[in-house]
Amino acid sequence: MEPRLVTLKVNGRTHHAALAPNTTLLHALRDLGYTDVKSGCEKGDCGACTVLVNNTPLNACLMLAWLAEGQEIVTVAGLGNAEHPHPLQQAFVDFGAAQCGYCTPGMILAAKALLDEHPHPTDDEMREALSGNLCRCTGYVRIIEAIQNAANELDAEQRG
Amino acid sequence: MIRLDQPNLANLPELRHIGKPLPRIDAMGKVTGATKYAGDYVMPNMLHAKVLRSKYPSAKILRIDVSKARGFPGIVAVLTADDLPGARVTTDIPGVTDTAKRAGTDAPILAKDRVRFMGEAIAIVAAEELAIAERASDLIEVDYEPYPAVFTPAEAMQPGAPIVTEPDNIVARWRIVKGDADAAMKNADVIVEGTYKTQFIDHAYLEPEAGIAWVDENGVLTIRVSTQVVEHFRSIAAALQLPQNKVHVMGALVGGGFGGKEDITVELFIGLAALKTRRPVKMIYTREESLLAHCKRHPFTITHKTGVTRSGRIVAAQVNMLADSGAYVYLSPYVLLYAASSAVGPYRVNNVTVNACAVATNNTFTSAFRGFGAAQACVAYEQQMDEIARELDMDPRQVRRINYAQAGDTTPNGQAFRGAVWLEECAQRAWDALGEETKANAPHMKIGRGLASYMQSYGRITWFHDTSQAWVGLEMDGSIVIRCGVPDIGGGQMNTLAQITAEVLGVPMERITVYGTDSALTPLAGTTTATRQMYMSGNATYQAALAVRKTLAERASQHLECELDEIDFADNTVFVKNDASQNMPLTQLIAICAAEGLPRANLSLFKAPFTDKLDPDNAQGDIWPDYTFGAQAVKVAVDTETGEVRVLKSAACHDVGRALNPAAVAGQIEGGAAQGLGYALMEDVQIVNGVTLTPSFAEYLIPTASDIPETKTIILESGTGLGPFGAKGIGEPALTPMAPAIANAVADAIGARVTQLPLTPERVLEAIDKIETRFS
Repeated sequence: MEPRLVTLKVNGRTHHAALAPNTTLLHALRDLGYTDVKSGCEKGDCGACTVLVNNTPLNACLMLAWLAEGQEIVTVAGLGNAEHPHPLQQAFVDFGAAQCGYCTPGMILAAKALLDEHPHPTDDEMREALSGNLCRCTGYVRIIEAIQNAANELDAEQRG
Repeated sequence: MIRLDQPNLANLPELRHIGKPLPRIDAMGKVTGATKYAGDYVMPNMLHAKVLRSKYPSAKILRIDVSKARGFPGIVAVLTADDLPGARVTTDIPGVTDTAKRAGTDAPILAKDRVRFMGEAIAIVAAEELAIAERASDLIEVDYEPYPAVFTPAEAMQPGAPIVTEPDNIVARWRIVKGDADAAMKNADVIVEGTYKTQFIDHAYLEPEAGIAWVDENGVLTIRVSTQVVEHFRSIAAALQLPQNKVHVMGALVGGGFGGKEDITVELFIGLAALKTRRPVKMIYTREESLLAHCKRHPFTITHKTGVTRSGRIVAAQVNMLADSGAYVYLSPYVLLYAASSAVGPYRVNNVTVNACAVATNNTFTSAFRGFGAAQACVAYEQQMDEIARELDMDPRQVRRINYAQAGDTTPNGQAFRGAVWLEECAQRAWDALGEETKANAPHMKIGRGLASYMQSYGRITWFHDTSQAWVGLEMDGSIVIRCGVPDIGGGQMNTLAQITAEVLGVPMERITVYGTDSALTPLAGTTTATRQMYMSGNATYQAALAVRKTLAERASQHLECELDEIDFADNTVFVKNDASQNMPLTQLIAICAAEGLPRANLSLFKAPFTDKLDPDNAQGDIWPDYTFGAQAVKVAVDTETGEVRVLKSAACHDVGRALNPAAVAGQIEGGAAQGLGYALMEDVQIVNGVTLTPSFAEYLIPTASDIPETKTIILESGTGLGPFGAKGIGEPALTPMAPAIANAVADAIGARVTQLPLTPERVLEAIDKIETRFS
């Protein structure tokens, strides 16, 4: 099949890209410059390419870009930046939860989806929610700590 | 004789940055996705390259026909061994004790007549698009003829075995002799024998091997690559027959290394393609390629025969080690040396014989992996300590206490421990942190506790004459630039340099920028391997910062009219220690120095202790600058019905000399322990008859967040390390004791030992069955 023009909404921006039907969302996003979406296995095993599609965390390597047409896609760069980091991003910095950093974007997005659903997750819920996101550097200890603290921070923000 | 050059600490009063868990300067870029890794870079006119790899572990190549691939639309180049200039890359230069050079250590870049492992590179395809390169590599026709193969070291050593590496498959041998083990063994009350086996494992960094190469406007082959070693520019130049100053390696922040990006990966493939096509060429390994065709950790079979007295004192040890070096030599001789020299662990044993041998097979080649042979040795010696305790019916911790090495003792190769040796302290604290004994909550569940102590060197082998350089300079606005060719593989290597400099020059971390990992533009700092960067580049940076501080302090003492040693630096200010009202902004001092032509920057070289090579007859002599010591304790639950092992609690205690950044140190310890957990329980690159059966993370399992137990990390600071401020390396040591601690805990739980890693449910059940058979 021929490529067709697909509209992708990423971090609030709209892109029109000519994409072949077998192009994964991972490749489409990286080709559009979203290199914050990391490629680790392209088989859905590692979670490095996790993005939010309509607030649901998905492995971008397992989704065809055509199927993401019109949906709200969020990458880690869409959560915040150095000047205005998301509380999860700030907590990952403060607690030393990023070492090599390659799993970090996917990890933070998986955590974001968890906290959206469960603002006060238990330890088991956090580990369960992250079990599709592999990290080889940290042993997850500081990642769990960071998420717990971000949850508290977000909670305090909400209470104003 | 080693001289321990240590910068004078007395110049630095209270520490303001060192010892604090400061957030890393590279963290914000990583959490916001701004950080670029090697595979994120693109260039105009860029090509994508793929490697065609051998489908067989051992075969002759009769014919390679690339004509269909060359004719495929979008293909720009197809390269085979016939297109190469030098065609071989030196993987290593072994030093071994029985001959000067046992085996040829160079490997072909692309196989020509013969392939020696499944996944060996045969051809490179460069195309306008990745999909075209992938398609075209399928169009290359290769006629193979199966060639006799050998898949275990024991078979490969037999007379008449197929030869993988000339002359006899033996790629390295080390024999270490101290005292007289044969004679002493006769005087032992009890002799304990045990054989322990470890498996192939993969580094499994999340970032696969990646790079992009181009020829710049001056004809310099430039390679942006994910690497632990930018100094590979020299071997790249040799392999591609270029002058060394015509190869420029620019690293990037590395998405995990652990030794797997220590050898050359994509550099030569993309370098060759860029030279041939004169266009930028990018290559990223697939995960399958990474699991199949980059190096693995050496499997070892280690046999211990230990003579002990009734009271638990070790009087003699004989250790045999056999390692699978796979199809090419790479770093096997050195991995084997690390294993051999730590064969009896951190214990006082006066009569030792170690025979170690690494043998070539048609398996995937093996090379560096965090722990580098010393980890495999620890798996064996720490299980052996527990077995000795079992034979003597003693507490394993008591047997260790009786035998722990003390400061001033020597290793089997005669190297003295010159700093603190806090083995007992670490073991006690780790054990205590496990807390009360846990009761099993069901009859089929068994709880066990295990401990492992270790020693692990930091810094490179001393006869390599290791150096590192760093440049530290103050800008006019008081901000700081550090230039140091250190590759940052995620351990915070660059951040450490910033934290040291912040301390010395009194400038906050956010005002410091570190440029690293560039073979041409940053002073060469050596490899990010061997747990050496904090020690080596940390000291180089420390020296450079101290030199800058000295110049500034001298000028400031004139200005503030005080003695030189009264000057201090903090918070961008220079002041008199006992009268802070006497002060000046750092920028004012810099302006004065600039106006007078005083240097505000310094390039410093740090030199490790240098030694000669080991005595060739018995491997006596110093090998490393120093050692880190520590202990790991774990509590496990074993389901005796399913064989499943779950780690309930992990407590590690390491003497890191001084924790420059306790959060970073703890991060290393926690991450190392998690890798050790995977090594013990689940990780196994299964290579059967040369074929890798675990080519993805669906088959090759590494720990997830759900596998990690409650974790306690205890950091001790003896202050006796050779790094800045008395620090010791912790990168590799963090991993080393975890797997044997788990193996000991499982043995404690079920009353039988599984001597082969990983401790899979099948093996655990088999061990349980054996006891039940014994008692039935």
